[in-house]
Amino acid sequence: MKCENQVLFTFPSRSINEAFARSAVACFAAQLDPTMEELGDIKTAVSEAVTNCIVHAYPEQIGLITLRCRILEDNVLDIVIKDKGRGIDDIARARTPLYTTGGEERSGMGFTIMESFMHELKVSSKLNKGTTVHMKRKILKRGGKS
Amino acid sequence: MQMTTFLQDKQLTIALSGEIDHHSARGILHMIADKIDQFLPMLCILDFKSVTFMDSSGIAVVIHTYRRMAERQGILRLKRVPPQPRKVLEAAGMERLVTIEGREPVYEM
Repeated sequence: MKCENQVLFTFPSRSINEAFARSAVACFAAQLDPTMEELGDIKTAVSEAVTNCIVHAYPEQIGLITLRCRILEDNVLDIVIKDKGRGIDDIARARTPLYTTGGEERSGMGFTIMESFMHELKVSSKLNKGTTVHMKRKILKRGGKS
Repeated sequence: MQMTTFLQDKQLTIALSGEIDHHSARGILHMIADKIDQFLPMLCILDFKSVTFMDSSGIAVVIHTYRRMAERQGILRLKRVPPQPRKVLEAAGMERLVTIEGREPVYEM
């Protein structure tokens, strides 16, 4: 699909950056004139993916998270969140609702929420090399916009 | 995250505000747990009116609070949940676990 606009940013896996990542993606997505609900869905999905990098990819140290947003033709917002951390050995199991390796404080709902709130979700990973989460959401065109 | 609490008889209302994400969740969880331990309510109500954002870290907060109340045969209720947090709670099936009262009809500008 043709890419009409894009942005790339990199930040350390500090939890204080979760809010920044959500806001940055919401700002970029604004050019598609999304509804409040669409923005909420996108921010939530980004929050889940970035949190996974912080909690799971880099549990013992601070690493880098790369986030790329693109606008594809037909109002599609394309988001890739990448880390070079621990990796996931069983992706299917990781994507099971309520499954978590994060202990008591985690709900195990991260991937489930990304799947419900975005239109497409692809996860690829290699142990000790890193994980890439690729999500897409089509923003509906609203009246008055061409 | 600011939190105001209101106690009446054995009913404790905790008003949360701001964003509930992984960064803030642990602190919120401990604050709620401390209040429950301090006041030993039979009914705990979490008022979400001023919660501007929540992700699945908030689900963990709700589950923990639910368990803490259930340990003492108490009840947890959520009220005035705005649309975005509500959507996350429903995606996790939380309405099957706790009563979620009322609905914020519009986004406040």
